[in-house]
Amino acid sequence: MRSPRLALAVVVLAGLLLVLAPVDLTGFGIPYPGLRRYGTYILTLWLVTAVAAMGVNLIVGYAGQETLAQAAFLGIGAYTTALMTQAGLPFAASLLVSGLVAFLVGVVLGFPALRVQRHYLAFVTLAFSVFVWLVIRNEEWLTGGVSGFANIRRPSLFGISLRPAHSFYWFALAITAVLTFAMWWLLRSPWGRAFTALRENPLRAESLGVDVRTYTLLAFAIGSAYGGFAGALYAPLVEFIDPAPFALGPSLLYLLMVVIGGAGSFVGPFIGAGIAVLLPEWLRFAEGHYLIIYAVLVMLMMAFCPTGIVGLLARLFASGPRAPAPGKPRVLEEAKT
Amino acid sequence: MSAVLEVREIAKSFGGVEAVRGVSFDVREGEILGLIGPNGSGKSTLFNCILGQLSPTRGEVRLDGRSVTNMRPSRLNRLGVSRTFQLLQIFPQLTVRENLLLAAQEHRGSRIGRLFGPSDAGLSAEAQRMMGFFRLAHLADERAGGLSYGQQKLLDCAMAFMAGPRLVLLDEPAGGVNLTMLGDLKERLLAINREAGATFVVIEHNMEFVMALCSRILVLAEGRLIAEGTPDAVRRDPKVIEAYLGH
Repeated sequence: MRSPRLALAVVVLAGLLLVLAPVDLTGFGIPYPGLRRYGTYILTLWLVTAVAAMGVNLIVGYAGQETLAQAAFLGIGAYTTALMTQAGLPFAASLLVSGLVAFLVGVVLGFPALRVQRHYLAFVTLAFSVFVWLVIRNEEWLTGGVSGFANIRRPSLFGISLRPAHSFYWFALAITAVLTFAMWWLLRSPWGRAFTALRENPLRAESLGVDVRTYTLLAFAIGSAYGGFAGALYAPLVEFIDPAPFALGPSLLYLLMVVIGGAGSFVGPFIGAGIAVLLPEWLRFAEGHYLIIYAVLVMLMMAFCPTGIVGLLARLFASGPRAPAPGKPRVLEEAKT
Repeated sequence: MSAVLEVREIAKSFGGVEAVRGVSFDVREGEILGLIGPNGSGKSTLFNCILGQLSPTRGEVRLDGRSVTNMRPSRLNRLGVSRTFQLLQIFPQLTVRENLLLAAQEHRGSRIGRLFGPSDAGLSAEAQRMMGFFRLAHLADERAGGLSYGQQKLLDCAMAFMAGPRLVLLDEPAGGVNLTMLGDLKERLLAINREAGATFVVIEHNMEFVMALCSRILVLAEGRLIAEGTPDAVRRDPKVIEAYLGH
C-alpha cells in the first residue's frame, strides 16, 4: 500500500471490526448479533496463530532462512506459561518469560544457520522440532507427558477475570496488536533492511558492514520469541495442553501459512493463519476429505501463484501494464522488444 | 604519500593450485591504483584475500599500519574499506534508495540505536546526493532488479561510496557497461577521488579505461606481480606484453 494515509485507514478499520466482532450490535440498529462463544474462540485462535506465523515470516520471508520448528517454540511458550501460572506466578511474567526463553533457544537454533543453508538448515530445525516434542512427551515430571496439563487458568487483568471468551479475545487482540506494531517497527527500521539483505544477497550485505552472523541469529531469536508469545497465549486459550499441537506436523503448517499468505509480506501471515484456522471450519461439510481438499488447494496455489495470496491480490489489483516479475531485470524486457 | 594499505607476501592456494604467490604492494593515500592481468592471474582472489572474503594461506594485510588479515568483511567495511564485486551485487527487491540506505546504515550509531531511531538512519539526504551524483535520482523508488544493467552497475558503485569510505576496491567496474555509461563512470570515479580524496584500487580488463583512470598500475600474471609503474611504463614493459600476448 503506497499511501500511508490509506494504510492507516485500513488498519484503523480492521482494528475496529476486530474489536467489535464479538459485540451484539442489534441494539444500535445494526443487524449483527456478534460472534458467539465458539466463533470468538476461533477468532482468538486465529490471532494466536497469526502471532506465531509472523515469527516464521520474519525468519523465512524476510531473512530468507528456513524453519520447521515454530510449533516447538509454541510448545516452549505454552509449557513455560502453564508451569509458571500453576506455580502461582502472574500471567504477565509468564508471557514475558515465555518470549525470553524462546528468544534464547532461538539464538541457539540460529547457530546452524551460520554454517548450513536451505534444505540442510530445514533438516536441522526439523531435528530440533522432534527433539522438543520428545522432551515434552517423555519428561513427565516436568510436562505431564502425553497427559499434558489440564485446567490452565486464564489470567485476570486489573481484577477483571479474562475467563469469558470475549474478555480473553480482547486481551489476546491487545497483545497481538502490540506484537504486530513491534514487528512493523522492526521491519521499517534499518534492522528490517538488514534482514532483507540477508535474504537478497548476504555476500554483498557483509561487504557493506552488515554483520550477517548477528542479524541471522537475531532473525531466528525474534521469530522464535513470537512463537513463544503465541504459546503463552495458546495455553490459557485452550486451557489444556498436550504434546500434539507442538509436533512437526503443525510446524510444517506454520511454514505453509506463511507461504500461502505471502512470504515476505507483512499481512501474509494474517491471511495464511486465517486460512489455516478457518478453512477446517468452512470445509466441515467435507468431513474426512478436508485434508485432501486442503492439499489440492495448496498445490494449485503453489503452481499458479507461488507469491501467495498477497501476490495474487497484488496481481489482480495492479493497474496499468503488468509489472515485470520480481527480480527480472528490465534489460531482458528491453531485449524482447 | 603514506600507505593506506600494505599487502605483504599474500599467497592463496586451492588444493594444489597456487592462485596467488606471495604478492606485496602498498596503496598510497589518495591514489587510483590499477591492478591488471590476464584471466586467471589471481586478481580477484587477491582482492578477496585482502578483504577477508578468503583466508590467505600466508602473508599479511595492514590498514593504516594495523593488521587486518582475516578480518571479517563487515568489520573491515566499518573501518572504511569498501568494495564492488566482479559480478553485479545489488539487492534486487529493494528500491534504489533502500539499496543506498542499506549501504551506509551500519556506519550510523549503535545497533540498538538504529532499531529505535529513524527508519532511514538519518541517511536520506546523503542517499539523495549520491543518486544525483550517479544520475540515478529519477529511479529512486524503482526496484533495483528492474533497472538496466548499466544503471545497476552505477548503483553498485554508488553503494560502495555511500558510507564515505577512504579506500575502495573496485573489481571490474567497467565490465558490461556501454561506452556512454563508461565515460560517465570514469568521470564519477575521478570526481570522487578529487573531491572526497578517496583512494581506489581498480581491477579492470578494459585497458583504455584503466590507463585513463589510474595513476599507477600493478600487473599480475600466474599469481605473481610482474610489473609496476605508470600507465605508459607498464604499456611498454616487455614482461607485460609477453603475459598478455604469450610467447
